[in-house]
Amino acid sequence: MTHQIPHAAEFPVRSRRQFLEAGAAIGLGASLLSHASWAADSSPVKGGTLVANVLPEPAGLVAGINISQPAVVISASIFDGLVRYDKDFKPQPQLAESWSESKDGKTITFKLRRGVKWHDGHPFTSADVQYSLLEVVKKVHPRGSSTFGRVTAVETPDEHTVVLRLDGPSVVLWSALFGTETQIVPKHLYAGTNVMANPWNTKPVGTGAFVFKEWVRGSHVVLERNPNYWDSGKPLLDRVVFKFIPDAGARAAALESGELHYAVTNPVPESDVERLRRNPALVVDTKGWEAPAPMFFIDFNMQRPQFQDVRIRRAFAHALDRKALADNIWYGLAKPAEGPVPSYQKQFFKPGLPQYAFDPAQAEKLFDEAGLKRGADGVRLRINHMVSPYGPVYQRAAEYTRQALGKVGVELTLVNFDLPTWIRKMYTDYDFDTAQGWYSAYPDPQIGVERRYWSQNIRKGSVSSNAARYSSTEMDRIIQGIHDEADVNKRRELIGQMQQLAQVDVPSINLLELNFYAIYSKRLQGLREGPLRFYSTLADAWLAPPAA
Amino acid sequence: MYVLKRLFQMIPVALVIIVMNFFLLKAAPGDMADVIAGEAGAATPEFMAALRGQFGIDQPLPVQFGHYLRKIASLNLGWSFRANESVMHLIWGRLPATALLVVSALLVALVIGTSLGAWAALTRRRWVEPVVSLFTTIGFATPLFWVGLMLIVLFSVKLGWLPTGGLSDITIDLQGPAHWLDAARHLVLPGACLSLYYLAVYARLMRASVLEVDRLDFVRTATAKGLSRWRVVLRHIVPNAMLSIVTMTGLQFGALLAGSITIETVFAWPGLGQLALYAVTSRDVNLLLGILLFSSFFVMLVNLLTDLLYSRLDPRIGELGGRA
Repeated sequence: MTHQIPHAAEFPVRSRRQFLEAGAAIGLGASLLSHASWAADSSPVKGGTLVANVLPEPAGLVAGINISQPAVVISASIFDGLVRYDKDFKPQPQLAESWSESKDGKTITFKLRRGVKWHDGHPFTSADVQYSLLEVVKKVHPRGSSTFGRVTAVETPDEHTVVLRLDGPSVVLWSALFGTETQIVPKHLYAGTNVMANPWNTKPVGTGAFVFKEWVRGSHVVLERNPNYWDSGKPLLDRVVFKFIPDAGARAAALESGELHYAVTNPVPESDVERLRRNPALVVDTKGWEAPAPMFFIDFNMQRPQFQDVRIRRAFAHALDRKALADNIWYGLAKPAEGPVPSYQKQFFKPGLPQYAFDPAQAEKLFDEAGLKRGADGVRLRINHMVSPYGPVYQRAAEYTRQALGKVGVELTLVNFDLPTWIRKMYTDYDFDTAQGWYSAYPDPQIGVERRYWSQNIRKGSVSSNAARYSSTEMDRIIQGIHDEADVNKRRELIGQMQQLAQVDVPSINLLELNFYAIYSKRLQGLREGPLRFYSTLADAWLAPPAA
Repeated sequence: MYVLKRLFQMIPVALVIIVMNFFLLKAAPGDMADVIAGEAGAATPEFMAALRGQFGIDQPLPVQFGHYLRKIASLNLGWSFRANESVMHLIWGRLPATALLVVSALLVALVIGTSLGAWAALTRRRWVEPVVSLFTTIGFATPLFWVGLMLIVLFSVKLGWLPTGGLSDITIDLQGPAHWLDAARHLVLPGACLSLYYLAVYARLMRASVLEVDRLDFVRTATAKGLSRWRVVLRHIVPNAMLSIVTMTGLQFGALLAGSITIETVFAWPGLGQLALYAVTSRDVNLLLGILLFSSFFVMLVNLLTDLLYSRLDPRIGELGGRA
């Protein structure tokens, strides 16, 4: 019923080259290339209204407080962060003009941009940053207390300087400083209030390229050009209207009729993507998800006796054809995963990890060895399998899983729930045998990957964490090392060990690297490049005139 | 007096509705904190506990129910933590869109449906009846969401005549007649789609009803007195046949609201139906309770009006119905 309400910042990817190859493979290279050259020829046009879609309607528009994917997409144009990231995920100036880190990694100093004003005219100062980090990010953001865990104090020697004091080096911090993850909110509107219930969460005042104008519940959000934006000459668009179109079929129709220019985060089912690709007026874009990096997997409930034998878990892994899953269920919008870290995150991914090739005979052999023999009816094991509630593609993936495992004598009963029920069963009640789901791996495995394997993350009610309840002293030792290690190379070594052990122990079968996609009008130009393409401000975006 | 008595009788019904709604909704697994954590992609148990404390859903159920009853008694439907607005305000904000959709669909269905039904029953042309039957069977049996999508594909994507959804064109500011024309253009597809099913229902009902009344003695008497066929139809047959239509309309009003959920979703129509769906998927119990309570009062009120109208059409019913 609902479409993707992906875990807030849950997103995927591919390099540009891979994308072009994929396009060429299905006969689309030509249109992509012509699109690119056409874009280069025309110069930016000022003015115009961009009609965008987000789904579903978010609870609030301040992503640092009501974090969900649609809130992030809208919020990115209203609020600027301390830094933004370039294509290589290197921080670039945004609200902070420069920064320096002490040798021991315990002091980080940011110099803030001067002359920046909040949309209500108040000057932006270091006090806003201090308040946001301590009272919002560390207290309200579900990942903030962990990514900023080492930050003990935030000092403001003057209005344009912010000093972070840490009790130890923290490499992970540098992957979380972008605007929608570490959001800077106006202190003068938030200090002394209940942050979660502050009325400004639904009529945000930011520092970004666009000013919030109105939110008509159930219909749309309107943003208008910020005439006092610090980056002079920006933004190019006069207005951005974010509509809420709840039905996937209607979204596809609105894109095809040209009423909708911009729809991100998998706006139509995977099965419709090919048809929209053939539409010469539209672009299907799978770039820009390198930072969120969604990974699809199957968790075993490790407390169930049948899953305590590693041979059984490996047998499951051998029974599944990941290539078939990627090509047929995802229509090529996914790629077999080789481990828990996506292969395109070259700085962390470890090549040559143990793999489980599709081999039903091997699966049967492992089951037999583990003492799980087929019964008279050919069935060796009957279990339930929880289907991920994020959209129809996950339902079909579960159906494929049931078929594939049926062939090796494991009978799966698929269990379907809506999102809130699923969350409760999975992370509070641990009421499942096996379950499919996806997490964002995020740009640093300490944020998105270790949570699946760390025994300290087995806490009732902690969402998107170690639902398998996998507990290994060896793994815990490695993860603690990742947290404490300041040397980037030694830390990378430890992250490699984590991947190795995760593949050997298989508490969770890593199935696919998902490619999320955005669909937008060919008229739309000037989207930010980089690993957070659709979570970036629309400050540079512009609409070319309709083709004659 | 009769009206007052009827209104008074509604109180226990309303109470039963409140109790059932409250406990049924609370029985659903997962709460708003789960939803928020699910959307955020991560949450610590402390964060979840803080959310539940803020929403007041960490209290024992009877305590929560007590709070809720006290609020209802002071005509306060509570606060939607999800939307950060009062429930009453949200409902009033959405009501006009749904009313516009439902009332226009109902009028179209009534006028066209009853005319078609009467025509099928009274015409002597042999082809009319099967054609109307076929049309109504299709209207009756086709899923609304599919009809809606097909209408969008034809009129918006292929022909480009009408917008795919929404209440108005939000990219430009229109005033006066242009604004109304724009709203009317947006209403055409969802209105036509929602009315299709009810049109079919009314056509079938009217046809059966007219055939039945046509055979009654007073019709024969009127014809024998020498009245023209037209006059007999308009003065004697149709008003009497309308009785069943009025009953049906009253009864179906609740169903019409439910049908509008589908239509509102397909056409991105910002009405109560979508609000209810939003409340369900986000487990915003306060909001959903408010909508359910509001709708059930509305349906009860419509039923009362139906009964009153009924006794106007056929005075015998009012007398039997206990006006004493």
